[in-house]
Amino acid sequence: MKAYLSIFLFLSANIQANPLDEMFDAYQQSGVRTIDSEQGKSLWNEAFITEKSKDKERSCANCHGSDVTKKGEHLRTGKVIEPMAKSVNAKRYTNTKKIKKWFKRNCKWTLGRECSAQEQADILKYLITQ
Amino acid sequence: MKTIITTVVVFALLLTTSIIMGGNRYNHDEENEHEEHGYKTYSSHNLDVAVVNNANYAEECGSCHFAYQPGLLPEKSWVKIMGDLENHFDENAELDTDLQKELTQYLTQNSADKSDYKRSKRIMRALGRSDVPLRITETLYFVRKHDEIPYNIVKDSKEIGSFSNCTACHTQAEKASFNEHDVKIPGYGRWED
Repeated sequence: MKAYLSIFLFLSANIQANPLDEMFDAYQQSGVRTIDSEQGKSLWNEAFITEKSKDKERSCANCHGSDVTKKGEHLRTGKVIEPMAKSVNAKRYTNTKKIKKWFKRNCKWTLGRECSAQEQADILKYLITQ
Repeated sequence: MKTIITTVVVFALLLTTSIIMGGNRYNHDEENEHEEHGYKTYSSHNLDVAVVNNANYAEECGSCHFAYQPGLLPEKSWVKIMGDLENHFDENAELDTDLQKELTQYLTQNSADKSDYKRSKRIMRALGRSDVPLRITETLYFVRKHDEIPYNIVKDSKEIGSFSNCTACHTQAEKASFNEHDVKIPGYGRWED
């Protein structure tokens, strides 16, 4: 009985450790109630002008492309960016630390501020359902 | 008598050898790329710059651009670059504090002024005492080494685009080898001075 219990605990601990579940749990704890991938998609393609962008529009799609199942290309360095869609590049969604790091950096660059929990949740939902 | 002759001969041999070796060193220090291959007396340690051997550095910095070897810039430059990652050449390259500290330490401990690798030493020699270049392409050594490459070849090429894109032409750049014999310019071919 004890053995079964520890196996159960071990498995549930592992299920909980799924990085995407962890992300969405945290968003819910921050007060996010509904998550909408369509909203995420429109944010992905929305153009922003920030203090640092020197009147040039910036969007997620600038570098990652509008079709997230395809490779993107960095606007300035030309470096190839592997696809964002989970269906073709699931590796992207295996590490919460990395997901948070890129949200922070790229939101600041693109929108000129950090993305809210709601915005992140919508975008993440959009990307993992593509 | 025999011992004296032997001593003299041995001494003369030693002297000749040291002159030849000294000559090698002189040629080696000259900026003659073709000479470099002939002298096997130099260990690979004296070639180019040290390879990147920090996995976090390779991962964090290399995910956006070529992970430039720390020995390509002096300590002061790395400190300045790592101190303003939020405005990293118009990009946001923020790291969390621990990682930022770790990578700064890696870069500064292996910077050009602390390295005895060939190109690190040459980069330092060409630098003014108060120079704190933020770009490797700004260093006098770099400028001199690339001054025969027409700007348009780089700028107009979609594959190259910028002089900071080392790997576009230096096929062995990842291995820290920037030898001109390994240079292959996209749309142009091999480059020989």
